[in-house]
Amino acid sequence: MAGSHTAVRAVGLPRRTLLRRSSASLHRRPWLRLGGLLSAPLLWLGVAYIGSLAALLVTAFWSTDTFTGDVVRVWTLDNFAQLWQEDVYRTVVLRTLSVAVLVTVLDALLAFPIAFYMAKVATPRTQKLLVVAVLMPLWASYLVKAYAWRIMVSDSGVIESVLGVTPGFGLVAATLTLAYLWLPFMILPLFAGLQRLPDSLLDASEDLGARPGRTFRSVVLPSVLPALAAGSIFTFSLSLGDYITVEIVGGTSQLLGNVVYDNIGAANNLPFAAAMATVTVAVMVCYLAAVRRTGALDNL
Amino acid sequence: MRWLLRAGVAVALAFIYVPLLVVVITSFNSDSTFSWPPAGLTLRWWSAAAQNDGALDAVVTSAQVGLAATAVALVLGTMAAFALSRHRFFGRQTISLLVVLPIALPGIVTGIALNNAFRTVLGLDLGFVSLVVAHATFCVVVVFNNVAARLRRLGGNVEEASMDLGATRLATFRMVTLPSLASALLAGALLAFALSFDEIIVTTFTAGAEIETLPVWIFSNLFRPNSAPVVNVVGTVLIAVSIVPIWLSQRLSGDTAGGRL
Repeated sequence: MAGSHTAVRAVGLPRRTLLRRSSASLHRRPWLRLGGLLSAPLLWLGVAYIGSLAALLVTAFWSTDTFTGDVVRVWTLDNFAQLWQEDVYRTVVLRTLSVAVLVTVLDALLAFPIAFYMAKVATPRTQKLLVVAVLMPLWASYLVKAYAWRIMVSDSGVIESVLGVTPGFGLVAATLTLAYLWLPFMILPLFAGLQRLPDSLLDASEDLGARPGRTFRSVVLPSVLPALAAGSIFTFSLSLGDYITVEIVGGTSQLLGNVVYDNIGAANNLPFAAAMATVTVAVMVCYLAAVRRTGALDNL
Repeated sequence: MRWLLRAGVAVALAFIYVPLLVVVITSFNSDSTFSWPPAGLTLRWWSAAAQNDGALDAVVTSAQVGLAATAVALVLGTMAAFALSRHRFFGRQTISLLVVLPIALPGIVTGIALNNAFRTVLGLDLGFVSLVVAHATFCVVVVFNNVAARLRRLGGNVEEASMDLGATRLATFRMVTLPSLASALLAGALLAFALSFDEIIVTTFTAGAEIETLPVWIFSNLFRPNSAPVVNVVGTVLIAVSIVPIWLSQRLSGDTAGGRL
């Protein structure tokens, strides 16, 4: 124990230094301590960040002067009406949601076997190696990985030369690439969740005569649900706002992020972009509220 | 059943590694259109990359932003972790949600919210500071998660023992708490740095025109026929370099998961 040495010395010299007094008063007043600890994070995240989000929300109810391009600070619901009424935008929202759901399902399917193997079958050595193998691409550049899929799906690319056909640039390629990008975010929480599931439960289920399928449905799935939900926060949310991958492998198809991006850049319509972003936040808040019930937030 | 599981593992591993391998091989492809299989092998792109000032400058910028954002995230994340793991209070759940929010919300939302706040609300120009602020915001959560997990595991007994023996709270923190947190802090810092180094979406909205980080450089060179082969080389280097933090965090964290996301 490194601390015991000084601690003993401190008892020998009970001097009432300023430091000692303030330390003691902090010790007696946990509320003061808590306030001090929370002040900076709360100022940064609670005031500055939430404040920015609130300001964005307010902007969504303003409009842009089509002539000067300036933001007009008059309350209006036009942006949301436009979002709802114009088919283009409704299609984009629905398309983005389907891609995000597909990516999440695909990742869950790909992640489960390897996470289960890592947690329950592999020897400690193999387990360690697999963890590294799964973590490694997480550190490799996001753009490089998206770009890798550009090489994979392009004409006369890897997929075409091996399989004879390629999905080409489009929504299929975008979905595959997004699933690829966020796969480790699904594997790791699942692995952690499965590790916490006691082996004895699996044995008990088998002893009671359950087939593997039944054990999976009645024992494994319910207990890893929070972990699954935690992983899905990443796969779903990250897909929902992504516009770079779509630009790299998506061809001409557009997702929510692209519309937001175009409205900030080329169209210079911040209020409309803000309205679009508000829709994204609303979807995400509903999603977070739903998965919070499973205890997913403690599994992040 | 077992072979099905093994097949599942093989599929996942192939899915993860084939595209990365393709980037590495393509960086040696003599044909600049990346047709597969490679027509021939060359080191031409590698020497072109070594002389590419734009890419090298971008690496330096990314490192500076990453270090600054990590420093801020370390302070804020640790404070929040202590507050939430050592105290029970009303609104605790809300604050834990608040910490996760910047990473749970799509990057584009955080990006335009901060862009709007800096330019319209505060009337500031975008640049290094706004970029660091933006990056630090979503980096807090990884430090928080690592430190909070470690604090949960440590419990408070050792610290109580230290204070029972007469050590001040500060001395206890310095000599008992901090040493046992060190590896968690480092794992969190590594993740935070990597997150910042790789970020492009929030960066696009908060960096302004002057600052070019590596991801921004890569993205702007991706579609240029002459630069794309150099991007392959940069990609290969990034894949190779990514082994270092993995190895480090594995050695340091002692967690089987190698640090928490």
